[in-house]
Amino acid sequence: MIGSLDSRIPAGPLADKWTNHKDHARLVAPNNRRKFEIIVVGSGLAGGAAAATLGELGYNVKCFCYQDSPRRAHSIAAQGGINAAKNYQNDGDSVFRLFYDTIKGGDFRAREANVYRLAEVSNLIIDQCVEQGVPFAREYGGLLANRSFGGAQVSRTFYARGQTGQQLLLGAYQALCRQIAAGTVEMFPQTEMLDLVLVEGHAKGIITRNLVTGKIEAHSGDAVVLATGGYGNVFYLSTNARGCNVTATYRAYKKGALFANPCYTQIHPTCIPVTGQNQSKLTLMSESLRNDGRVWVPKKPGDKRAPAQIPEADRDYYLERKYPSFGNLAPRDISSRSAKEVCDEGRGVGESGRGVYLDFADAIARLGETTIRERYGNLFHIYEKITGENAYERPMRIYPAVHYTMGGLWVDYNLMSNVPGLHVIGEANFSDHGANRLGASALMQGLADGYFVLPYTLPAYLAGQIGKRPPTDHPEFSKAQSEVEARTKKLLSINGKRSVDSFHKELGLLLWDKCGMARNAAGLREALGRIPELREEFWSDVRVPGEDEEFNQSLERAGRVADFLEFAELMCTDALTRDESCGGHFREEHQTPDGEALRDDENFTDVFAWEYQGNGSAAAPKLHREPLIFETVQLTQRSYK
Amino acid sequence: MKFKLKVWRQKDPKTKGKLVQYEASDVSPNTSFLEMLDAVNERLILKGEEPIAFDSDCREGICGTCSLTINGEAHGPDHPGAACEVYMRRFKDDATIVVEPFRAKPFPLIKDLVVDRSALDRIVQAGGFVAARAGSAPEANSTLIPKQNADRAMEAAACIGCGACAAACPNASAMLFTAAKVSHLAFLPQGQPERTRRVLKMVSAMDAEGFGNCTNTYECEAVCPADISASLIAKLNREYAVASLRRNADE
Amino acid sequence: MIVAVTGVVLIAFVVGHLLGNLQIFLGPDWVNSYAEHLRELGPLLWIIRAFLLVNVLVHIFFTISLAIENRRARPVRYKKRDHVKATFASRSMALSGLILLAFILYHLAHFTVRVTDPRFLLLKADPLNRYDVYSMMVYGFQNPFVSGFYIVGMFLLALHLSHGTSSFFQSLGLNDEKLAPRLVTAGRLFAWLIFVGYTSIPVAVLLHLVKPAQQL
Ligand SMILES: Cc1cc2nc3c(=O)[nH]c(=O)nc-3n(C[C@H](O)[C@H](O)[C@H](O)COP(=O)(O)OP(=O)(O)OC[C@H]3O[C@@H](n4cnc5c(N)ncnc54)[C@H](O)[C@@H]3O)c2cc1C
Ligand code: HEM
Ligand code: HEM
Ligand code: SF4
Ligand code: F3S
Ligand code: FES
Repeated sequence: MIGSLDSRIPAGPLADKWTNHKDHARLVAPNNRRKFEIIVVGSGLAGGAAAATLGELGYNVKCFCYQDSPRRAHSIAAQGGINAAKNYQNDGDSVFRLFYDTIKGGDFRAREANVYRLAEVSNLIIDQCVEQGVPFAREYGGLLANRSFGGAQVSRTFYARGQTGQQLLLGAYQALCRQIAAGTVEMFPQTEMLDLVLVEGHAKGIITRNLVTGKIEAHSGDAVVLATGGYGNVFYLSTNARGCNVTATYRAYKKGALFANPCYTQIHPTCIPVTGQNQSKLTLMSESLRNDGRVWVPKKPGDKRAPAQIPEADRDYYLERKYPSFGNLAPRDISSRSAKEVCDEGRGVGESGRGVYLDFADAIARLGETTIRERYGNLFHIYEKITGENAYERPMRIYPAVHYTMGGLWVDYNLMSNVPGLHVIGEANFSDHGANRLGASALMQGLADGYFVLPYTLPAYLAGQIGKRPPTDHPEFSKAQSEVEARTKKLLSINGKRSVDSFHKELGLLLWDKCGMARNAAGLREALGRIPELREEFWSDVRVPGEDEEFNQSLERAGRVADFLEFAELMCTDALTRDESCGGHFREEHQTPDGEALRDDENFTDVFAWEYQGNGSAAAPKLHREPLIFETVQLTQRSYK
Repeated sequence: MKFKLKVWRQKDPKTKGKLVQYEASDVSPNTSFLEMLDAVNERLILKGEEPIAFDSDCREGICGTCSLTINGEAHGPDHPGAACEVYMRRFKDDATIVVEPFRAKPFPLIKDLVVDRSALDRIVQAGGFVAARAGSAPEANSTLIPKQNADRAMEAAACIGCGACAAACPNASAMLFTAAKVSHLAFLPQGQPERTRRVLKMVSAMDAEGFGNCTNTYECEAVCPADISASLIAKLNREYAVASLRRNADE
Repeated sequence: MIVAVTGVVLIAFVVGHLLGNLQIFLGPDWVNSYAEHLRELGPLLWIIRAFLLVNVLVHIFFTISLAIENRRARPVRYKKRDHVKATFASRSMALSGLILLAFILYHLAHFTVRVTDPRFLLLKADPLNRYDVYSMMVYGFQNPFVSGFYIVGMFLLALHLSHGTSSFFQSLGLNDEKLAPRLVTAGRLFAWLIFVGYTSIPVAVLLHLVKPAQQL
């Protein structure tokens, strides 16, 4: 069905590609724009920015989100900051350097052209956000402040206290509100997309469920934009919001869109550990804590003494020991994996044995409690709220948690998937972060896609589409709609003995174990054996109370978990097929003698894009490979020794 | 730990609701309030009963989705913080805990503890923005903003849009929410051109939604999870007075 | 806004009136001449009275209609309600205000129209041929019930003002983060000073510290 993957990367030198592309891109005349209806699913940084911008340009936009307000999209939770190549600090930053760092950080598994464009438009984003009233941190002289983030050698991160995502999202939300008031954008909050509708092979609409009334509805458009975020919640516990899901992208996948690199997931090293059975989500503690905290565990397994009782000689500062030059600041994946290792050895701390200490005693002795309070007061406060422990007196306990997913729907340079008309932006696509994302780059990508890329590339598709929007009574719509209705009815009718959450938890644990921080072929095969069984059990034994035509949170979750149960298999298949280690994907079979990820550039310098062939192992998904061609950068091995 | 819960149950806006009693047993003090409700729900589902509907998303106090009135306090006893940041160790063992939705006329009830807060969105739509088209912005450092102004704008902009202010206000007034947005943009140079229009339109949208009037009882400030100061309400009053005079002068 | 402006005027009156009344401690001559001066203002007095009346009416009209609106803004009440910061005074402004209104009506009937106490008509003019306001007050307050009611009235006034005084700064936008806590304290202090000031008069009369200037 799908021929070779055409990434549509423009010709010419790397630095000129985007400019040339824009110069020659097709346009839609202003008077024609209002003839188009664009469906934007998602109101996060990517979706909110895109919907607002397309509205400003004069298109008719319908924007959907599952929360009760577009302002609550999960982008709101990002803390650290957003990168841009402004070089305001005069410390040698440039578009090229940001591009290079992003490619290298992604372990050379992303497209050069996309990443270069991202670095190029990063500066426009800061201008745009400041103009919208985003209150970025400033210096006394009134200039914008920057900090260095995630081990970068330049200070290029812009931030608004610990709430950068919130402030950027509110900027986009306000722009969106303006368009809603102007009538160019129609907002559908509490409306979940449950299927994509293709008419003659083109994406021309979606099927939604109104989460308040339970009504299943069809919406048609000239193009569909998915901006539905990441799928980290497939692990049940993650730093993502409860509602984050794979449903929209997975249903698109089932309609023929390719899913790229689903196994690339990012684990964040500093989260508050799981405390009990009922834990429903994990909370991130900013990585900046590692600047002053020292990570350690007891030397002896099973040492249950209180941390203060453990003498210096019985402590293992394992990051400092293994990575003398980077120490506690070793990159995310490395410190995450090291924490897992020591816990696997039985040396973990806390009730569950899944945690390591992050100790500020030395820093407090050196700098004084006041300084530490100034730097991290709010984080210590959050920590105390959640755990009830005072981190000034006893070390914090931290553990890695799932945080971000680099994989997503495959898109070309125009951010269009292989399905004509279906565009995918933000965390939902696979395009810019390769196998590992640098800190403060997701916000940048979401806004780049929404404000400055999609508005230029969407016309390339639209220009040939005037008057081709089908009515919602087209048979394809009624077909899709009745499928969705049947599925909903089915979920409600099983009436078994297990709750939706119990399945989700079980799936999450399984994946965390077999397809989490470290993976191996045997474990992945085991998971691939277990997932279909679990799915089977789900469809025969789940209990979803309530009815379809009402506000029914159990039903919402059931639909999402059902999709996770299928998607998990795709993820493990991808992880098994990618027989190398790279970035966030660590295959235990492939590591250097000191436990570093070992890439296999000869065989795997490409994107894995999976095509749906039917449920389960009976019809395994079909793999398409898009080779990654590096014209500008040289592939190197990371080293943090 | 164990608790007696009295939870507001109401099938839909038309049905009459009431407080229904539930037991929560075997609760670890390190469980969050919402996770305690999750556990109660799991048991209800297995017993074949309808679980309690309540809203949440981020569960870390930033998205503003959660909206519970716990023992008569919006967001519960742990201020400043959202309901999702309340942990069971805050309660005495064996305590009786009353859980109700956020109540205000502009927040119509959807089910049990879930209310519709789109009124807050409409207040922002009335003018809570800067008209800055994508692509039209000047270079970011071309306008200097003194640090203290940026900081004050940030403090105001921290509002998470939860609506607790209106839920807690004895008069169900949304002044703190509106004040936060008006102040955020009024503190910044980018917000100046639309300053007069913005405050007039946002206040009239707020009134049109049916929120009550502020009589300066400061309950809002006490429950606000984002620590928004009620002094911004004074600022809003000031902005509004000046804007009204300006408008009259213009006409 | 209107409530605040009218409130300020009322506060100003209350202060002025207190100063006038406290002259009772300086003896009959002071009070009576003060009252006489007031009367000598003639038409001006009526203008002031009319202004005050309008002010009170406007204040009442707006506060009551706001209070009604505010009740409507929460059609379904909480079963359980707890307040973190809102004081009793701030939550019961309408109630304290209404009782205050009842007090003012009684007070006007008592001292201005003088219909409640037949003895007041028997009062002779003072030596300078002025109406003996001084003795009127003393006789009025010798009745413990009358005094009691006054004290209750003053208490509600203080309650109303303990919130109202700082509140009007906020309503007029004359407040900021640094000022806020100070204003709240100052407002309460002011209100209770007013209370002490006013109640000192009936209390002094009851304790026979102030005696009538003439016998009936
Ligand atoms: C705790 C945390 C901290 C982070 N910190 C940083 C940071 O410091 N810097 C950084 O660069 N990145 C950070 N990230 C990553 C970054 O926040 C996200 O990758 C990014 O915000 C994603 O934006 P988005 O617009 O793609 O998706 P989201 O913001 O997740 O938005 C998804 C939207 O899609 C809607 N949606 C989803 N599914 C459906 C459906 N089926 N039907 C209808 N609507 C749907 C949702 O309602 C929502 O509106 C952080 C992430 C987390 C979790
Ligand atoms: C007679 C009946 C009265 C009623 C029903 C009444 C009611 C109220 C109410 C409900 C408020 C709160 C409104 C708000 O803050 O926006 C208020 C405020 C106030 N009242 Fe009264 N009141 C009365 C009389 C008085 C009197 C006699 C005085 C003065 C002596 C007074 C002084 C004030 C002041 C100063 C405020 C604060 C204004 C503000 O915050 O804006 N009131 N009143
Ligand atoms: C102990 C307390 C008080 C005493 C002794 C007192 C005394 C008096 C006296 C003697 C008069 C008549 C003056 C005259 O006719 O010349 C008067 C009038 C009046 N008092 Fe009071 N008063 C007291 C408290 C109050 C309070 C608390 C209020 C209102 C909040 C108030 C409002 C008025 C008004 C409106 C008048 C009519 C003024 C006029 O005639 O123009 N009084 N008072
Ligand atoms: S002002 Fe505070 S209480 Fe009100 S909506 Fe904003 S965050 Fe919530
Ligand atoms: S609680 Fe209500 S009365 Fe005003 S100060 Fe806050 S809005
Ligand atoms: S769930 Fe997001 S603030 Fe509580």
